[in-house]
Amino acid sequence: MSQTITIDPVTRLEGHGKITIQLNGQGGVEDAHFHVTQVRGFERFAQGRPFYEMPSLMARICGICPVSHLIASAKACEAIMSVRIPHTAAQLRRMLNLAQMVQSHALSFFYLASPDLLLGMESDPASRHIFGVVSAKPELGRAGIALRRFGQHIIELLGDKRIHPGWVVPGGVTEPLSPAKRDEILAMIPEAYANVKLALAAYKQIADSFKPEIEVFANFPSLFMGLINEDESVEFTDGTLRLIDAKGNIVDDGITASRFTEVIGEAVEAYSYTKFAYYKPLGYPEGSYRVGPLARLNIAKTMGTPLADKELAEFKQLAEGPVQGSFYYHHARLVDMLYGIEKIEQILSDPLILDTHVRATAGVNRLEGAGQAEAPRGTLMHNYKVDENGLITWANLVIATGQNNNAMNKGVLQAARHYIKDGKFSEGILNRIEAVVRTFDPCLSCSTHAFGQMPLDVTLISADGEIVDRVMR
Amino acid sequence: MSENVEVKTLVIDGQEASARRGQTILEVARENNINIPTLCHLEGLSDVGACRLCLVEIAGSNKLLPACVATVSEGMEVSTNTERLAKHRRTILELLFAERNHICSVCVANGHCELQSLGQSQGLTHVRLPYRNPELTVDASHERFTLDHNRCILCTRCVRVCAEIEGAHVWDVMGRGINSMVITDLNDDWGNSSCTRCGKCVQVCPTGALFDKSQIGSEHPKHPDFLPYLNLMREAQ
Repeated sequence: MSQTITIDPVTRLEGHGKITIQLNGQGGVEDAHFHVTQVRGFERFAQGRPFYEMPSLMARICGICPVSHLIASAKACEAIMSVRIPHTAAQLRRMLNLAQMVQSHALSFFYLASPDLLLGMESDPASRHIFGVVSAKPELGRAGIALRRFGQHIIELLGDKRIHPGWVVPGGVTEPLSPAKRDEILAMIPEAYANVKLALAAYKQIADSFKPEIEVFANFPSLFMGLINEDESVEFTDGTLRLIDAKGNIVDDGITASRFTEVIGEAVEAYSYTKFAYYKPLGYPEGSYRVGPLARLNIAKTMGTPLADKELAEFKQLAEGPVQGSFYYHHARLVDMLYGIEKIEQILSDPLILDTHVRATAGVNRLEGAGQAEAPRGTLMHNYKVDENGLITWANLVIATGQNNNAMNKGVLQAARHYIKDGKFSEGILNRIEAVVRTFDPCLSCSTHAFGQMPLDVTLISADGEIVDRVMR
Repeated sequence: MSENVEVKTLVIDGQEASARRGQTILEVARENNINIPTLCHLEGLSDVGACRLCLVEIAGSNKLLPACVATVSEGMEVSTNTERLAKHRRTILELLFAERNHICSVCVANGHCELQSLGQSQGLTHVRLPYRNPELTVDASHERFTLDHNRCILCTRCVRVCAEIEGAHVWDVMGRGINSMVITDLNDDWGNSSCTRCGKCVQVCPTGALFDKSQIGSEHPKHPDFLPYLNLMREAQ
């Protein structure tokens, strides 16, 4: 008798999704899917709005990474204006994007993932959350909260608001950096270093105990894509995209935002509202790839900052060629954070950082524009078309979660096949399958607006629709 | 005192006040530091009594009068701040918010919007009416300015400033009732109209309906306070 196990919603993710696992007559896993169950419609309701409103409109997609949308959107607008923004504006935006990466990674690692990592996959679900972490490992809990605050506070200092700052506009930013704010950010950096080092040490201590999970958590060869500078160092805000294969060979390089849609296509599956991005020359699903922290570290030859470079060298020891296990997204996230803090410090020492020329102006000079940036969870691309007055006629957003979608689905299936035998499963098993998705830190509806407590409801339904078993948390 | 000037005495909110004949209740109230909320009224422009936010109660009459156009009379007892008026003012604001698409968080006038400020000062916490969510257009054809009908409350300040101060009368109102729309010339695109590009309409617009393209993403304070000064200078000539 075939059965379907449904995990709905998947907890400790950003947004709402569910997992279904189809069992065959022998109780083995036939297939498994990760579904994103809500539609947002941003690409549609942006139509008719002036293009220069797009950054602030598009930032509303997400409360966690609004800055990535601000930046990708502003860059798309700048392509429409055909302007190059002032150096200082580019540096300030880079710092804003890194601050957001640090706070978002802190959220992903400490609030969402660390309950599994520090308390255990089988630990009591009633206390498997950030408060459980804070009471069991107070130092680490505090470090996580402090790192999130570090990033959020920089965003607030630069853009006046922690969430949805209106500071990033087409052409640059609205306000230059004041010396007082620069000094305030610099004063926060030593504590941030200490906290991220604490997290790295804690992670490395426990990583070995997760060997069984590492083996089956979306661990397979795939392509990887991410932004990179000309000197092959990691990049979040500018640079161009590089695509490598599972062996580390360069498949495509120097992909600018305007070439993005030439090489990247989006497939649609009936079971999810999130599309499935793929590299066009290889087709779908063969051209599926992974983005995000793991991809960035696999692609970059250097981080460009001394402490993060040491960590990168150690990370590269994990495998010959690109690291394939998605569990290592957690590790890569911590290296990203260390890099972010170092890079912010570097940017603040730029002699031009206090320059007051931070905005370029222009009207509509092209009828289409695209912009790309690295969101914390991977590459983000905005593409707009406008009429001659600058009103949006068409918009397309390719988000990181869509680019990791195929890998997440494959990963869920891989873990489900490994753990579910003879149709039997426990809460701890299902938590592991959810944890596969958590490694990618997907942003599903891209919103922090979860209301109340999200329950875990797993239902076993027989082929004739009868509920065989149900586990609720 | 010239014999043409006739003094009226009246009571506003229990406070005795004297006024010249022909003065409006609003003028006298403001001279006596009594605040009456307004929206379509703007110092320096003629009054149309359109928004009804300045309604006041007059003792002995069940009718509410708009203070911006109602003139004073001898012995008048005016109340500007009663429960009944507060309820009516909130309802008017709710109707305005429900009528078109006012999304403060992404509006260029956020923090500098008279409609938003009135919502706050009048204690508006909810809109009890269903939003109409009309599909309205944006006119971005002008080189410097944008008109977003979604945010227009039809106060007609733009129409009056253009006709009365600039003397161009580019703006007017088309249609009737809820279908009314501000238009430039004979409903031509703003960019192709006889607009003199002076920007006065943008400065007097109480919401983000008219805005300067270069101010997107920044604070966009409006400066309508130039009007009385401009009038004074013209009269002096």
